[in-house]
Amino acid sequence: MTTLTIDKAGPTRKAKYGSMSRDRAWALRWSYFFLIIFAIFSLTPPIYMLITSLKSSAEISAATNPWWVFHPTLENYVGLLTSNQFLRFFWNSAMVSIFVVTITMLISVPAAFALARMRFWGSTVLATGVFLTYLIPETLLFIPLFKMFAVFGDFTGIQLINKWYVLLILYPTLTVPFCTWIMIGYFASIPKELDEAAIIDGASWFQTLTRIFIPVALPGLIAATIFAFTVSWAQFLYPLVFTTSTDQLVMPVGIITTLIKGDVFNWGQIMTGALLGAAPPLIIYAFLMDYYIAGLTAGATKG
Amino acid sequence: MAEVNLRKVVKRYDEVEAVRGIDLDIADHEFVVLVGPSGCGKSTTLRMIAGLEDISDGDIMIGGDVVNDVPPKDRDIAMVFQNYALYPHMTVAENMSFGLRLKRYPKAEIKARVDEAARMLDIVELIDRKPKQLSGGQRQRVAMGRAIVRNPKVFLFDEPLSNLDAKLRVQMRIEIKKVHQKVRTTTVYVTHDQVEAMTLADRVVVMNHGRIEQIGTPTELYHKPATRFVASFIGSPAMNFIPCRLEDAGGKVQIRLSDKIVFPLPAAQAARYQKIPRTDKLLLGIRPEHVTEASAHVEPGIEPFDAVLDVTEPMGMETLIYFTMQGAQVCGRVNPNAGAKDGAPLRLAVDLNNMHLLNEVTGAVL
Amino acid sequence: MADVALQPNRAATAQAARKRSSLQSVLQRKSTIAFLMALPLILLIATLVIYPAFYALHLATLNKSMARFVGLGNFEFLFKRETFWLVVKQSCIFAITAVMFKALLGFIIAHFVHNIPAKGQRKWRGMLLVPWVIPPAMSTLAWLWLFDPSYSAFNYTLSFFGIGPIPWTGDAYWARFSVILVNIWVGAPFFMIMYLAALKSVPDQLYEAAAIDGANWWQRIWYVTLPMMRNIIAITTLFSLIVTFANFDIVRILTAGGPLDHTHIFATWAFRVGIEGSDIPLGASVSLFMVPILAVAAIFILRDISKRGNEA
Repeated sequence: MTTLTIDKAGPTRKAKYGSMSRDRAWALRWSYFFLIIFAIFSLTPPIYMLITSLKSSAEISAATNPWWVFHPTLENYVGLLTSNQFLRFFWNSAMVSIFVVTITMLISVPAAFALARMRFWGSTVLATGVFLTYLIPETLLFIPLFKMFAVFGDFTGIQLINKWYVLLILYPTLTVPFCTWIMIGYFASIPKELDEAAIIDGASWFQTLTRIFIPVALPGLIAATIFAFTVSWAQFLYPLVFTTSTDQLVMPVGIITTLIKGDVFNWGQIMTGALLGAAPPLIIYAFLMDYYIAGLTAGATKG
Repeated sequence: MAEVNLRKVVKRYDEVEAVRGIDLDIADHEFVVLVGPSGCGKSTTLRMIAGLEDISDGDIMIGGDVVNDVPPKDRDIAMVFQNYALYPHMTVAENMSFGLRLKRYPKAEIKARVDEAARMLDIVELIDRKPKQLSGGQRQRVAMGRAIVRNPKVFLFDEPLSNLDAKLRVQMRIEIKKVHQKVRTTTVYVTHDQVEAMTLADRVVVMNHGRIEQIGTPTELYHKPATRFVASFIGSPAMNFIPCRLEDAGGKVQIRLSDKIVFPLPAAQAARYQKIPRTDKLLLGIRPEHVTEASAHVEPGIEPFDAVLDVTEPMGMETLIYFTMQGAQVCGRVNPNAGAKDGAPLRLAVDLNNMHLLNEVTGAVL
Repeated sequence: MADVALQPNRAATAQAARKRSSLQSVLQRKSTIAFLMALPLILLIATLVIYPAFYALHLATLNKSMARFVGLGNFEFLFKRETFWLVVKQSCIFAITAVMFKALLGFIIAHFVHNIPAKGQRKWRGMLLVPWVIPPAMSTLAWLWLFDPSYSAFNYTLSFFGIGPIPWTGDAYWARFSVILVNIWVGAPFFMIMYLAALKSVPDQLYEAAAIDGANWWQRIWYVTLPMMRNIIAITTLFSLIVTFANFDIVRILTAGGPLDHTHIFATWAFRVGIEGSDIPLGASVSLFMVPILAVAAIFILRDISKRGNEA
């Protein structure tokens, strides 16, 4: 009797374990299957950029298999990288982004420190205000801003419209609120005792910020810097509205307005330009992915 | 090195008074422990001494100078925090020397002081590690090291051991005591653990509801508590409180616990409590070690009685017994061989030479 | 003896007077420093966000040459135009459809990524986030080229299945589809990464407890995952709604509002009217129509965020 039951129990149990691991194996297979589909969906445009950028105009207009490069050539890259105009766009973009990142950090780090640690009149309202500002899209403000700068130009004689450096004033409205918000989150997560220890050790507020808070919140600082850089680099609306002369344009607008001439699309060069324009954020992302993602999720999870 | 004086120190948060007028004089080289339940104002008091909290009223003096408006960095104090508050991006050596570096001490002196403190705390080989690579006890040592290298007038400890496990806590307690014996810096130490308070302190300050209940040496507090709060807070297991009355019987004073249980007071106690009105509702305060198994020979003041035990807790070297008397749970400590069993009767004896009488209404020890 | 007793008293009274004033000045100093540190931020927000927002209200009440006050004239004019109502409809369809699919797709991808062994997750996550990293203006160019009427790589591929050619950006309905598709492509990874973070924060014990209680895979998602992620789903969705509703880059580059204004949304139409058409007051009026929806979404986000704060 006993031996019988044991015999019976043995195989059924084994079968059950087997089915469970089989379920898991299938779930895993399905997961990979769909992930591959999604990955193809995600990577098709950038890969197609690369494919097209390696083709000559002749091959593009020959309408052969678009997914394959039969005669790879670097002529598009050589063409763009030796064009003063394109280099100018790249240079403008780099200047704007670097300055904006610097300005953003200089404004938002002290402000975040003040808001996270030093209470003052209206500080809680301001913290909420910072977050609300971050929710205001640039598409709401570009028209009044454009008019404002036009009026400002008429009034003072300082013409800011159609100068690349006008973007240094505009971009911080997009970067500063978010960077301040996530820095408040990072600073607030530093234990209160740490600054008390610093104060007892004889550090001033400024020293507490530079020698304790900034090093400790460095991951947040990097995330904020990456954010500010990618936003500045990718911004399209403001430069489209505020700059028109070709020597004042930044990458995205420059590529679209100069490489598309009427109805003539030089797709090889456009794709090369787009790829080069996408390269800096992609490179930063490749090396600092964890910081990038931390910054991305910090907006909603911190604070 | 300096004395610390508190004069009628008050701390108000909006409407709430966290500290309600504290007077305390701490002598040079003294190790004083502020102890009390959470929310009693002990940490606030410490933080006011440190200068991390403004004082609402009164004066704090360090080394004779009023420091009410002196910022923390100029008070010449060092503080050890509960969560250590080590700077996570600095090595042990950098953590310890941060204050000295801010004050621009010469490099050689910084190194000498750090090395000396590290040797004293036995953390020489950890000097280049980051806090993340250290265990809890090691972090605690570094936090103390950071205080020592500053060579301040006063050490302030804010529950420094409560993040450690029980075993390490005992070890670090000894460590702290050793350090104090070496450096002899005036120390104010805050804890909620009465064992820590008793073992470390030259003098203990028991606080409750923002007030000082009693100040005294550990033995004073243990044997001569001033209030019911102190009596119940100091000592583990806590003192028993049994409702009772005093009676006169044939020119002698006796204490009545229940209809059946009446003990004559020993002569010394009778004289002491003679003046208490017999109608007052009183509490007999008796420590567990003075409720033991009855022995064969009679001693003066040790009175036998019978009890039925509710629960027994064998601890090895002794057995804790619990029984109920007049609705109050009473704890006693008996010999493991006394035959104490759950639910069984046992003949016990109470040592009235070590009794306390409290007023049930005011809680004052009489 | 009397001396000793007196001295602290004297010190105390002398101190009391001095204390009050200097204590206040210390407090003032600290909050003054804090205020100064936040001042650039305050100035930036005041002059470049709040002021232009109100300036837009003012502009919206002027005529085209901005010389005359017309009150609500611009709005009356807009209400009478068919294009305006087309833009309203398209903005809503665009935002709602895109956000819905982004949220759904993001949730599914996050689950699949969460499903596979932990050591491979980083790699997949990295690949799947690429669309979010590329500047949208640049990636939309690639889509434009993929949709090209004569050389479309999609149509080339579909022709092998006997489908097409599809007028991706030429036909009104297909153009709307394409614009939404590109938006989903850009935005879904953001949802994926937010959900993945939320999924990782759900304690494993909860799933184990649910499994012991006999919950199947679907019940585990419904009763454990979704309630635990509710807040982050809400915040992400609302945030995405704002960004999608106010989108400019994708529509501008892919269709520029065409064909025949059938893909215009508020931002692109405001640009067309206000900047390209040089009618700044009318453009300002158009963009102001985004405010109500954005405000509602913002209020809900704020509520959710403060709720999170209270829970913690």
